[in-house]
Parts: sequence; C-alpha cells; structure tokens
Amino acid sequence: MSQDERALRATGFTMLTHEHGFHARPSIMLTQLAKQFSAKVWIGLSDNGPWTDAKSIARVMALKAPQQTMVFFAAEGTDATDAVSALVRLVQSDFTSSKDQ
Amino acid sequence: MSSPKATAYLRGISASPGLARGPLVRLQEGVRTGIRAPASGPNDPRRLRSAIDAACAELTAVMQRGCDPDAKALLAFQVAMLQDPVVTEPAFTAIAARVPPEQAWLDAIELQIRQYESADDLYIRARASDLRDMRDRVSRILTGATITTVPAGSIVLATDLPPSRFLEMSWEGGGIALTGGSANSHVAMLARARGVPMLIGLDTGILQAHGEALLDADNGMVITSPDAQTTADFAARQQTLRSGRLVAESHLALPAVTASGERVQLMINVADGAELGNLNPAWCDGVGLVRTELLLRDKHDLMDEAKQYEAYCRIARWAEGRSVTVRLLDAGADKPIAGYTVDAELNPFLGMRGVRLSLLHRQVLRTQLRALARAAALRPLQIMVPMVTWPDELDQVRQMLNDTVESLAKEGLDCARPALGMMVEVPAAALTCDLFEADFFSIGSNDLIQYLTACSRDSRPLAALQDPLQPAVVRIMREVVQYANAHGIPVSLCGDMAGDPRCVPALLGIGLRSLSVAPAALAGVKAAIARYRSEASEEGHSA
Repeated sequence: MSQDERALRATGFTMLTHEHGFHARPSIMLTQLAKQFSAKVWIGLSDNGPWTDAKSIARVMALKAPQQTMVFFAAEGTDATDAVSALVRLVQSDFTSSKDQ
Repeated sequence: MSSPKATAYLRGISASPGLARGPLVRLQEGVRTGIRAPASGPNDPRRLRSAIDAACAELTAVMQRGCDPDAKALLAFQVAMLQDPVVTEPAFTAIAARVPPEQAWLDAIELQIRQYESADDLYIRARASDLRDMRDRVSRILTGATITTVPAGSIVLATDLPPSRFLEMSWEGGGIALTGGSANSHVAMLARARGVPMLIGLDTGILQAHGEALLDADNGMVITSPDAQTTADFAARQQTLRSGRLVAESHLALPAVTASGERVQLMINVADGAELGNLNPAWCDGVGLVRTELLLRDKHDLMDEAKQYEAYCRIARWAEGRSVTVRLLDAGADKPIAGYTVDAELNPFLGMRGVRLSLLHRQVLRTQLRALARAAALRPLQIMVPMVTWPDELDQVRQMLNDTVESLAKEGLDCARPALGMMVEVPAAALTCDLFEADFFSIGSNDLIQYLTACSRDSRPLAALQDPLQPAVVRIMREVVQYANAHGIPVSLCGDMAGDPRCVPALLGIGLRSLSVAPAALAGVKAAIARYRSEASEEGHSA
C-alpha cells in the first residue's frame, strides 16, 4: 500500500443511543448513507473488528447491536474521511436527520 | 345442497376493533415452504433478477401512494433487503449450480429468515414475517401466479395477511378475518392505525365460508350467512358507530372533563406495548392496566427478568411520567400459558388463575416482582394483583414484594418499592374491601360481572343477563367506590364497561373519577364524559 493510499483510510466511533439499537429504520438509514460514498465502509462493535460491510442491511441488522453500544467505523477510499464522519454524525444524531416528527 | 345456509357465529380474537359488512374474499397466496418449488421457466438467472426488480418496483409504488411512517419503514426494509447482494447472491450462486431459480430463491431467503427467527430480540424476531412477505412477493412474480383482486368493502379471509398486501388494498368499509395471525403482528398494528376491523385466531372452518358476512371485531366474532334481521341490526350499529365517531374524534386530544367541569382521570389498557407506537401519551392520563400475560407468552418468558424489565421500562418511558399500573401475571382460564397454567380444569374460570397461580409458582412471581421493582426505579410504577379473594393473598404478595426490594437493594441494584393494589373482581373481595390493606383498588368489571351474575363471559345466549347496568352490578361497585373515596384510597375501573360510552354516566354516577379503557375507546369515552353533568352540580345550579 503506498503512502497516498494509506492516507485514504479513516476510522471513527460513537455511542449508539437509539432506543432499539440497529433495528430496521436505523439500519436502512445507515446503509443508504454508506452507499452514497465510493469508499469501502465497514462497521464493527470493537476497534479491532470483526468488521462487517456497512453497505449491507442484512449484515448491519445481523450485528444485533443493542442500545448503549459503541459502534466503530472504518473506511478505505478517496472519500473515506467524509464517509466516516457522516456515519458518526448520523448515529450521534440518534438517526434524527430524517426521523418522522 | 342449495338450501339457504343457517346463520353461523364464529368466535375470534379482536386485533383491531370495529364493524365491517361485506362479501368474504378468500386469499390464498402464500408460498408453501417445505415443498420444493417446481421450475416454472428456464434456468436463467435473469428471471430471478427481473422478478426481484419487479418486486422492488411494486413495493416502491405502494410507498409512493403515501402511507404512515411505520408502514413506510416496513416497505423500505423489504426494498433494502432485496437490493442487498448479501441477501440475493446465494440464490444466484445456486442458479449457476443448476438449481431452478424458484427453489434457489426460497433457499436463499430461508437462510435469512432462520437468522431472524432465532434472535433473542422480539423486534428482530418479528422481522422474519417481513422477510416471508418479501420472499412470497418475488416467488409469486417468478412463478407468474395471479393475485386475488380484492374489491373495496370486502372481508378478507386468510390464514394470515402479509403487511405489504394489506398496504396494497383499499380498506374503505372492509375488514380482516384470519385463522392465524397475532395481535402483535405488523398487520395488526397497521389495521389498528387505519381503523380496519380485524379478527385473528378464527376456527379454520371459516375458510370454507363464502357470501355476505358481518365482522364484529368489537365483540370478537364473524357472522356468516346472516339473516335479514341480524344484518339490519348490524347496519344500525355501524351507523351509530359512524356518527358517534365523528363527535368523539374531536374529543381525543382534549382532557377528560365532565359538563360540570370535573376532571376525570382516563387511562388506557395495554397488552404488550406494541399498541403504543401510534398513540400520543398526552391523550390519556397514563396506563391503568398492563396485561402482562399477553407480554409473557411462554414459560421461558416467565423466568426472563431482563426481558420483563425492558418491557416495563419501555411502557413507563412511553408514559412520560404519567401513572403506570402493571397487573401481575393473570394467566389461567381463557389465558393459558403452557407449562404454567393447570390443564383440563372442569371449570377454569373458577379454578387456578391470577394470584392463585402466582402463589403456587413463587419463582415466577419473584422474577416478575424483581423486574417491576427495578423498573420502578426508573419511572413510577404501581403493581396490581389479580383475582384476590381473601386478604391473606394480598398480604403474601406484599411480603414477597418487600423481601424482593430488600434483596435487590442488598445486591446493589437500583430499585423502588411500587405501590401495591388489587383488582376487585371476585365478589367476596368486593363485599369486604375494607378488610384489605391495598394501596389502591381497580375494579375488573368483566370478571366481577361474570361471577356476580353466574354467567360465562363468552356465552352469547346469556349476554342479556350480563348487562353491566343492572342494579346488582352497579350496587356492588358503588359499595367499593364509596368505601375507597371515604378513606382516600384511589379507585379505578379497568374492564370493558369503562370503555362503553353507554355505561360512563352510571360509573361517574357512583362516584368513580378514574377509568382505564382500550386505546381505541379513548375518544368515545371522553365524549361521553363531556356530556355528563353530575346531580350535585345540577343542584348547585338550581340553588
């Protein structure tokens, strides 16, 4: 991996406070947001993995992350930094960006 | 034989109240699992690809027709799963290995469904039915099966109804009659939110029925081949309901106040909290009854303190500080729990039920008390004991509650001692309520009337004898209310009688100022309270 490519890796983490953890609606929002980036994006429940594809709703739901869990993101690609910060913001906002009412 | 069929009454469980009248339309669209799907076309992966795309398009079209946020989330989940290669890829891999697309699709989704069904989390587990719904839609497109057209105003007859099919149909005037189903299912929630009457758990014999039918989800029955008189009576009830609903709806968001300006506490009855999703807590004064036997389905749940704790907290959080009264497990009689209740009692309503069973299964009772005392640390909760006959039963529960709180404190767990009250539903307890050390009383009108009139609750021919407004019923309730009011003990009524606008004046008349009703009855009861003017205030005006 060259110096440049290494610079395009990004990681981040935040607390999942959503009442039901990663249930259907949060998972849909998370994967839809992740898919907007060309970077590969992973999500995990610890800072050393295991990592799972953050663009797959089946995988994100399978994490069965309950409320009050730390979630970790890692991304690799030209927009990796943007992807991680957008996902962290979404979780931190408790998925309010398009929550009803 | 073509002789006119006899009117038949078939009992079911109400999952959404209301009345509907119309032709029965039988829906038979489910894909049978366990049967190998025959190939209905060439072994070409493009067939599956285009079926998946078509399913996404259908679901998106339903979403765009406009639906509530819950329904939208449900459809969006299916679309997201259909678009996820993790879900669909195994099917294409199988097709490449010469498995017919029909079978490859069923196998791939079965893999997903199993993961969801084995989840501990109830919410995740419930998504399995959304996946089946999604699976069946693609299979149907793939096999080119036609779907039954359901004209508006029909009574849909099926074993179960997938939520996405519910959302595709027009329900104006129609209803749902299912032999399977669950009151906690997504389609039940959707039906309640849209005011579509729905019955579940009907006898499978009804699947043979056809022609006009009356669906009475207020009283849990379907009437097939109704005679002219029954139909006319039903139509009159529908008309009354319709005109009443318009007036009532304007009352929903207002506090319950009588015509003389007296505030009445109006709470709701809750089964498992699922029905709270679409309900604004500000429309009521809290939860007067949580029926925990509907929350705890099997023997495993009864010993699952963490799960119970979470469920109680969820309901308490929804109430936002308003009063929440949780009834201890009231299993037995018409609410059996396998491995807990006693089988084959000759007369189960007069047998082992409510607190009688709780005191036999101390470990189950202790688990529930622990979960409740812990939840009470978070938000105020009250505990209500069902089927109390003698003061000793309440004393035993109180002793166990005190011990539980003490041992929780020793373990260093956050807890609080909830107030402990009792249901007044056994006539012996009603007649001697002064002998009980209860923090509050809640009159359970359904059982009290059944025991007082010696009439089985589910007997149709005896319905008239069980009139809640007859003097014996009103008199025994007045005794309880007057004693409680004179001694400053809170008293409420949480049976069906409270939700019947016709009974509201009588209940307020005997001095009750607290009622707990099904969420669907809130508006109607508020309207009835608003019409009520007490005799005392009448005298005040004339003086």
